[in-house]
Formats: sequence, structure tokens, C-alpha cells
Amino acid sequence: MADFPMPSLGADMQEGTLVEWLVKPGDRVKRRDVVAVVETDKAAIEIEVYEDGVIERLVVEPGQKVPVGTVLAVIRTDGEPAAAPKEEAAAAGEMAAPAPARSEAAAAAAPPEHEPAVSVPSVPEPAGRIKASPYARRLAAERGLALERLQGTGPGGAIRAADVEGGVAPQVPPAAPDQPPPAVAEQAPAPPTAESPPARDFQAGMRRAIAAAMARSNREIPHYYLQLRIDMSRTLRRLEAENLQRPIRERILPVVPLIKAVALALNEVPELNGYWLEDRLQPREAINIGFAIALRQGGLITPALLNADLQNLDELMAALRDLITRARSGGLRSSEMTEATVTVTSLGDLGVETVYGVIYPPQVALVGFGRTQEQPWAENGMLAVRPVLTATLAADHRATDGHRGAQFLDALNRYLQEPEKL
Amino acid sequence: MTTTAETMRKLTYREAVREAIREAMQKDERVFLMGEDVGRYGGCFAVSKGLFDEFGPERIRDTPLSESGFVGAGIGAALGGMRPIVEIMTVNFSLLAADQIINNAAVLLHMSGGLFNVPIVIRLATGGGRQVAAQHSRSLEGWYAHIPGLKVLTPATVEDARGMLWTALEDPDPVLIFENSGLYNMEGTLPVEAGAVDIDRARMRRPGRDITIISYAASLFKALEAAEILAREGIEAEVIDLRTLRPLDDTTLLDSVARTHRALIVDEGWRSGSLAAEISARIMEGAFYELDAPVERLCSAEVPLPYAKHLEDAALPQVDKIVDLVRTMVGGHG
Repeated sequence: MADFPMPSLGADMQEGTLVEWLVKPGDRVKRRDVVAVVETDKAAIEIEVYEDGVIERLVVEPGQKVPVGTVLAVIRTDGEPAAAPKEEAAAAGEMAAPAPARSEAAAAAAPPEHEPAVSVPSVPEPAGRIKASPYARRLAAERGLALERLQGTGPGGAIRAADVEGGVAPQVPPAAPDQPPPAVAEQAPAPPTAESPPARDFQAGMRRAIAAAMARSNREIPHYYLQLRIDMSRTLRRLEAENLQRPIRERILPVVPLIKAVALALNEVPELNGYWLEDRLQPREAINIGFAIALRQGGLITPALLNADLQNLDELMAALRDLITRARSGGLRSSEMTEATVTVTSLGDLGVETVYGVIYPPQVALVGFGRTQEQPWAENGMLAVRPVLTATLAADHRATDGHRGAQFLDALNRYLQEPEKL
Repeated sequence: MTTTAETMRKLTYREAVREAIREAMQKDERVFLMGEDVGRYGGCFAVSKGLFDEFGPERIRDTPLSESGFVGAGIGAALGGMRPIVEIMTVNFSLLAADQIINNAAVLLHMSGGLFNVPIVIRLATGGGRQVAAQHSRSLEGWYAHIPGLKVLTPATVEDARGMLWTALEDPDPVLIFENSGLYNMEGTLPVEAGAVDIDRARMRRPGRDITIISYAASLFKALEAAEILAREGIEAEVIDLRTLRPLDDTTLLDSVARTHRALIVDEGWRSGSLAAEISARIMEGAFYELDAPVERLCSAEVPLPYAKHLEDAALPQVDKIVDLVRTMVGGHG
């Protein structure tokens, strides 16, 4: 008997997910036959065997993620008689990670002719198994949606058909001219196929989508940039006092009052909230702030906080938290992906001082926030140290002029000096 | 309007069964009715009232209190070429005749190498909810649906009460007709010329899109009432009337589940080893990839049915329980 272990497919590989078996027990295999597909962090890879023989037993089931070295299957090599259970048990015992399942009780429960628990997978229950109804799985497969990217609303977070129907489609036809194009992630490429692992395809597709939108922006939109240093002491003081009274989970992040201030300032300068379409500015009444969210696997999406001007800080915080969670785990609604009327990018977390944004067409403005840092600040003839934030406006010169842009930044500053109005 | 008045009429479930018996007696002289108190007394549930006077003691036969004896006699008559309708007062007492039904009627065709059909029809009252306590309130039709060689009918509507008997009598093999005693007083509207109906198909009684509620007999009307309430909340429940428990009409059930992607079975029988369990299994086997939620069952509580009204109500499937369960299945975080 020979164990067929999870191979190491690179120095950095710790574990792999068995995606598919291409053989079944009883199948005869030859050295170099492909018997399974394993997905690593980087790619799906076809796995070969190194012995001639007959597949005795498959140990790991498709979908399970197991460490390198875990026995995936047992192969009866040529010349061996069928089933030598004692020997297998010993061999598997050495190879596999220790597991409670291999207890004596489990062994006793196993049918005698199949003897000790070799057939009991010795791997821990794979973490993060996705619960989805059979119908939802079928729908997702038909639409080329990865379950990993859907948010379940059923019992225990199970994905149901409605969650698939509300999920982000992987491919959207090009937007009609009078429609704002869907946000970046929606322009991702063709549905993943069995041959191309979804994650990689998704990233490549996202890169292509960002490339298309940003190239169009720089090609078509005559940007102008305005920049304003803003004293954040009042807003931060108020936020701090408020947060002190709250449990950590309910605290409001500093970016939230910024978003609210942008929304209120846009009420005063509505020409920055809308689209440039058909050679003219088309302002929008609803202020839906697309918030740029970096994805852990690379790329970004800008789902919208709908009607941001009408929400209080608590509501905005809840909406933002929800949006970020879903943006990273999947499950954004199509409306959130298509209805942003302006974009906010905040890169201050990483120490960036000033953001020079590229407008996301057909929007006409992007507001950038850098880091809030203590700086010398002269006011009324006195020198002080204040938390200072650099806000920038990138705006479409076809839609507005610098004058209006300046009024926007001025209004933004004003709201941040009067945080009680936020 | 006059047309309607002339062609439609109202009658109760009880009257519909009586009319069915009368029509069968008139059409086929081999048909006779036999059972406890069916003659002079007019039947324990007054179903056969008046038939004794109309057809006489030869064809409307009172029997001794011996279920095994008179069901056995009915089987013998059927083997001898008659078309007996045997009434067992309630399903509870059919246990005394279970040997005749299961060991004889259901298998004689097989045991005789295909020589002897047993064209008997056995009518039984069934069901709870009338405060007659544990020994008189069982719903054991699901048990009989377990037995190959039997057909098991559960007419819920007045139309089926009127129409199933003749089709059952024409069947060459034993047929059990379970009449839920809570339905006898129910009134329905039927065409004057209403007659025989099929006995092998389930029927959709209400179309819907969000869930399929599968039921039969008295529970059917609870399901329909629940569907009405749910519709006001925007939940469209499709309601299927099984009509026949054996053989089950899988096609109708599975087609419906394929549309709604959810299924709830409402069954007055007890849950363990029940007909509801069988239907649930068939849905899993035949429509697994259509399911968007686990199949649920609403059955009677697993207790002898209580006498006290509030306890009996609590033990049986009820409209509010159906509504709650459907809300959970269709709605949010169950």
C-alpha cells in the first residue's frame, strides 16, 4: 500500500484544497497520471501519482483544505494483495496529523473488515465551509458566481437562492450611454470555469476593469485639483468624547464624519454630485458616496453609501462596516455597485499626506483624504499644534470650474469645524 | 345566474358520500353496503341514512360488532364476484380487521398467482379534533399507505367525496377510503351532474410561488386558510391536495417543489415513520437540487390525542402553526 499525500507545490505552500478527484476507488493508475485537482493560494494544479497501482480508497473529500503531507488517498501498488488493513492503519497513522477522530471509539465503530478508522478522514473539519442550499448552489453555478463571494441570509448564514439573485454578477454588459457604468468590480471578466481557478481570474479581471475605467478617465476627463489643509481638532475632539462612552464595537471611525461632511458640502455644491453624460453635466439628487475599498487579494471596489447626507453618523458607520465586510467577503448588491454619484478615497491609514485622485467616470469628482497628523498651525497670531488633514478635490473641468470646487472645499472645512452639525 | 342555479347545487360532504353510495347501488346490482349500524340506525355518522329504506336489508346490511368477521366476509364476497362497500366505523377499530386487510385483501392477488382480485372498497372515518379522546381520534391512514396491494384514498373536497367511490369500486383491487369525520358537515358546491373522479392524481388547490404546502383531508383546509393569511403578507403558498396516499403522485409534488423551492408537509398523523416522512424523503430524492430550504413537516404532537379541547387543539396541526412555520422558512433567519 502506498499513501498518496497532499504534495508540496512550492516552498511557500502550507496547505491545499482538494478541488476534485479525477479517479475513483478501483481505478488503475500509472505513474504520472493526473488523479486530482488541488487549489493552492496561487492556482489550481493538477496532481499526478508516482506509482503504478490501483486506487484503494479516497480519504479526503473534495472541498477539504488539508496541510501538506495529509494522506489524500491510498494506492494498492502492483503485486500487493487487496486490503491489508493493519498495515494501512499504521502507515496512515504515521503520515496524518494527529486527530481525535482516530480514537479507539471511532476505530471500534468502524466496520471490522475495513478496520481502524483509516477511512475516517484524519483532518479537522475544514474551517469556513460554505453553507448553501442545493438550489442556491445550482443557481450560483449557472451564473458563474463563486459562493465565497456571496453573503448568506439564511439560518446560520446559509446562502439561499435570494442571496444568489441579489449577489454581484461577475459580468455585466457594457453600460448604455445614458447609464452610469457599473462600478469596477462588476466589470470583472467571464465567469470562472473549472479550468481557471475563480480567484485568479477574478483578480485578472478586476485589473482589466480598473485599467479600462482609469484609462478612460485620464483620456477623457480634464481634471483639476484643489487642496486644502483642514484643522481636525474640533471634529476629533467631539468624536473622541463620543467614542469614550461607547463599547469598542460601536465606536465611530474618523472617516465617518469626513464622509458625512462631504455629503453635506455636496448639498451646497450639487454640480459635483452626478455624471458627465452626453456632453453635459447631469447632477443627481441622491448623494450616494462611492467609498474606495481595497480588497485583500488586490484591486479595489467602490460600492456606494446610499443617501449619505440623510444618515446620521451611527447609521453611516453601520452602513460602512457592512459595506466593507461584504466588499471583502462578497455579496454586494448591484445597486451599491452602480449608483455612486461621487467617490471618496481615504489613504491616510497608510501615511499618505495628499491624494491626487483619478475620477471614476462618468462621475465628475473625487474627494481624497490623506493622513491626519499633528502640525504647527498658526491662528490669530498664535502658533499651536493641531491635527491637520489634507483634503483634495479632483474634479472634471468640463462640469465645474475651480471656483465651485473651492466653494466645495470651503463648505467641507466649515462642516468639519462645526462637528455638531454632522 | 339562472344557469348557475340550475346546474350547481350545495350539499354536504356527508350527503356527497351518501349520494355516491346510492348511485353505485343503482348502477351496479353487485354493490352492497355492510357495516356496524349502517342499516336501521343510518350509520354512526348518518352517512347511510335512508338507504336501508330505499334498498332493503339485503343490500344495506347491519353486521355484528366484529370487524375481523365482516371485513373477512366482504373479502369473500368480493372474491365471489360482488362489489362490497364495507364501512368500518372508524380507523381505530380497523386494527381489529388489520389481519383481513393486510394479510388477505392486500396479498390474495399475489398469493393466487394473479388469479384472484379482491375488488372490495372499505370506507373508514378517521381523524381527530372532535373531542372523542385518544382511542377514537387516530389518523392511521399513513399506516395503510405502507402496504403494497392497497390503494389509499383521502377525499378532502365534497367533489372527491362524491366522485371517488365509483372509481374505487371499478378498481379490481382493494381500495381504502378514509373520510375525515370532521369534514362530514362541510358544505360544498357541485355541478348537478358531478360524478366519478380520478383517484391517482394529487391536485393543486391554490397556486403559489414561494412554498409548496402538501396536505390532505382536513389539514388541507387549514393549509388553505394559512395560505390566505400568508398571501396578505406577500408570501404566495402553493397548496397541494394529495387526494391519494397510495400510490403517491410524485410528479405533481416534485413539479410544484421545482417551482417554489420549498416544501412543508402538513399531516395529522404522527411524525415518526409517517407519511410526511415518506413525502419528505421523496422530495429529497427527486428534487434535492431544487431545494432552497430544508423540507419541514407539521404533524400531530407525538402523544395520544387528548380529550380536553385546548390540549387537543395544541396537539393537532393548526393554521397559526402553519403560518409561523412558513414565515420562518420563507422569511429571514430561521
